[in-house]
Amino acid sequence: MIKKVSKIPFSGTPEQEQQLKAVIDESKHDKHLLMTVMQKAQDIYGYLPFEVQVMIAEGMDVPLEKVYGVSTFYAQFALSPKGKYNISVCLGTACYVKGSQAVLDKICEELGIEPGECTADGKFSVEECRCIGACGLAPVFTINDDVYGRATADQIKGILAKYE
Amino acid sequence: MEMVNIKINNTPLSVPKGISILEAARYAGIEIPTLCFLKDINEIGACRICMVEVKGARSLVTACVYPVNEGMEIFTNTEKVRTSRKHTLELILSTHRRNCLSCVRSGSCELQQLCKEFNVQDEEHYAGRMPDFEFDDSAAHMIRDNSKCILCRRCVAACQEQNVAVIGANARGFDTHISSAFDKDLADVSCVSCGQCIVNCPTGALREKDDTDKVLAAINDPSKFVVVHTAPSIRVTLGEAFGMHIGTNVQGKMVAALRRLGFDKVFDTDFAADLTIVEEANELIERVQNGGVLPMITSCSPGWIKYCEHYYPDQLAHLSTCKSPQQMFGATIKTWYANAMGLDPANIVVVGIMPCTAKKFETQRNDQAAAGYPDVDIALTTRELARMIESAGIYFRNLPDEEFDNPLGEGTGAAVIFGATGGVMEAALRTAVEKLTGEELQSLDFKEVRGTDGIKEASYTVGGLTVKVAAVSGLKNAHTIMEKVRNGTADYTFIEVMCCPGGCVNGGGQPVQHAVVRNFVDLKGRRAAALYEADKDLPVRKSHESEAIKRVYAEYFGTPGSHVAHEVLHTSYVPRPKYK
Repeated sequence: MIKKVSKIPFSGTPEQEQQLKAVIDESKHDKHLLMTVMQKAQDIYGYLPFEVQVMIAEGMDVPLEKVYGVSTFYAQFALSPKGKYNISVCLGTACYVKGSQAVLDKICEELGIEPGECTADGKFSVEECRCIGACGLAPVFTINDDVYGRATADQIKGILAKYE
Repeated sequence: MEMVNIKINNTPLSVPKGISILEAARYAGIEIPTLCFLKDINEIGACRICMVEVKGARSLVTACVYPVNEGMEIFTNTEKVRTSRKHTLELILSTHRRNCLSCVRSGSCELQQLCKEFNVQDEEHYAGRMPDFEFDDSAAHMIRDNSKCILCRRCVAACQEQNVAVIGANARGFDTHISSAFDKDLADVSCVSCGQCIVNCPTGALREKDDTDKVLAAINDPSKFVVVHTAPSIRVTLGEAFGMHIGTNVQGKMVAALRRLGFDKVFDTDFAADLTIVEEANELIERVQNGGVLPMITSCSPGWIKYCEHYYPDQLAHLSTCKSPQQMFGATIKTWYANAMGLDPANIVVVGIMPCTAKKFETQRNDQAAAGYPDVDIALTTRELARMIESAGIYFRNLPDEEFDNPLGEGTGAAVIFGATGGVMEAALRTAVEKLTGEELQSLDFKEVRGTDGIKEASYTVGGLTVKVAAVSGLKNAHTIMEKVRNGTADYTFIEVMCCPGGCVNGGGQPVQHAVVRNFVDLKGRRAAALYEADKDLPVRKSHESEAIKRVYAEYFGTPGSHVAHEVLHTSYVPRPKYK
C-alpha cells in the first residue's frame, strides 16, 4: 500500500518547531537516531509532512529522500494528519466477510477522501485497521473511542452527522 | 597479507583472508554472476543472483558479501545453485516490463544476458500482477522507467556516491520503488543531471533522453548548416560501443563516421577547450593580481555547476565565469564563424557529442546564447552517437582515419586531456605559468594532478608566487572541498572540479560497461591513459600556442578577457533551491 501524501496545507506552529529543533539538537550527533527523531516529530505534529521531513533532513544532515524512504517503509509513520475524529474501519477476516469493505467505501464516499487521508477541514480522517478484538460485533468500526458494531452502509450518514 | 586455503569447485587455492567469495572465485578464473553488486558502493547482497554453495552451510550464501575462511569449500555451478539463479531470474522477470525488442539496452542489458546464460525460456513462469508505474521524463537529460527496474539499487548507490542522493527506495514489499522524496519528478528535485545512475543501471530502466531524431531532422533539412563537435574524451570511448578495447583512440574513425552521417562540418571541441584555458587562465591571473575571489573554481562541468547552484548557492562567486567548452564552441560558431563564412546564425545547428548527460541540461540554460540563438542546439551522448552510426549501417571498425575540418578542428595536447580529472588543471597551468613568468616551461607534465584519485593537491612556485591547486572529481569529493571553501579553510588559488568520478572519461553519457567491468577493471584509468598518450604525441601542447586560437583572437575577440570575449564566452550562475 503506497502511503497518501496529505494535500492539506501545513499548519505547524512556532512552538512545535521549537520542540522539533530541541529533539534534533539532542540527536544530530548520530545519524542512526533518525528513526527516533522521526517518531518524536510525529508525536509533535501528528504526522510527517514535507515541511517536517525537510527540517529533519537538514537538522540530521541526511538526504530528504532517506527520511521519506523510512517514512514510507514503516507502517507507524503517517504522511497525512489525523482528523479531529479518526475513523478506523476493521478489515480483519471476520469483519471483512461480514461486509466491512462496503462500510469503508461508504464512509470514504460520504467524506470524499481515501483511506489514509484527512478531510480538508481537518474534521475526519479514515484508516483501515486489522482486528480490534470485537469480532462478535462484526463488521466494526471506531470513531475515536466510540465503537460501532454490526455496522451497515446505510447507517453511515446518520452516524457521521453526530460529530460536530 | 594473511592468506587462507580454500577450494572452489574442488580446485585448491590460497587467497587473501577476508575477501569475498566473489573475488576469491576470480582468482580461480570463475566469474560469479551479479546484478546488484557494485564494489565498495553497493555491497548489499540483495539480488540473490550470486548464490553459491558452501560445504557445511545451512543454505546457499551470497558470494558478493560472504567472506572466505580457512578451509572453506565453495561450489559455484551445482544443480542447486543453477536452479536458484534461474528462479531468481524468473521472479525478476515477473515484474519486469519485457519490451526487449525495442529497449535501448537490448544487447547491453545485464538481465537479458543472464537470462540467456541461465536458459530462462519461460518468461511468464511467475506471471502475475505487474506494478503500475509512471514514466518520469520531466528532466532535461533522462528518462526513468520503473517498469524495467529490478530494484538492485545501483542507481541509488551511484547517486549517494555523488553526494546528491535524490533517489532511493520508497514504500515496501510489492510497492517498493525507486523514486525521489515525496515521489516528486526528477526535474523538481536537486538532481544534477550527471547520469551516473544511467551508466550503473543493469537494465533499460534509466536512459538518456534520445535526441538523435532532432539531429537527423536537422541534417535532412537543406536550409540548415549542421556543425558537429566532439568532446575530448569521446575519441577514447566511442570504440567501446563497437567492441573495441577500452582505451582505444578512434579519433580518425569517429571523424570519418560523422562525415558519413552527413554533418556539414566536423569540428573538435578541443578548439574550445583551448579557448577555455586561455580565458580561464586570464581570469585566474586577473583574480590573483586584483584581489578577486579565490580560490577560483573551474566551470567546464555542467553537473558540477548545477550541484554548486543547488548545494552551495552562497559560493557561486568562486566559479569561473567562463562558459564550458561545449558552449564556447557553439558561441564561437554562431558569432565569429558565421560572420567569417557569411552564414546566418539562425540557420546553423550546433550539435555537441558529449560524454555527459548534464550537457543536455546545459544547452537549455539561460545566458548561453551569444548570437541571440542558443549557443548549442543539441547535445548527444557518446551512446547516442554510437546508435546513429549503427543505424546508418556504417561499419565503424573498417572506416579510414580522417582529419577534422578546419579551422575549428585544431586542438592542442592541453585540450585533449580535458577529458580526465586533473586535465583542465594541467592545461591551465601550462598556460598560466608561462603567462605569469614570461618564460617557456621546461617540462609540460604536471604529474601531481594526474591519476584517478578523487582529490589531488599540488603547490607550485610561479614567478615568486605560490600557487596551491587541487583537482577534484566526483561530487562527494567536491563536497569535501566545498565545505572547506565555505568555512574559509581552503587555501587554494585554483580548484578544478569534475562532476563524475575520474572526470569526463567516466561521464554519465559514456558507453555502458557491465558491472563486472566497472568492479574489476580500471575503466577510468585506461580511458584516461589514452588521452595522455594523445597529448604526448601532439605537436602543440599548450592552448595559447594553437594557431586557431591565435586566429580567433586576432580576428574577433582581441585579447583574453576583452569586452567581446566577455559577451560571447562568459556566463552567469543562479542559486537553485535544494527542495521545492
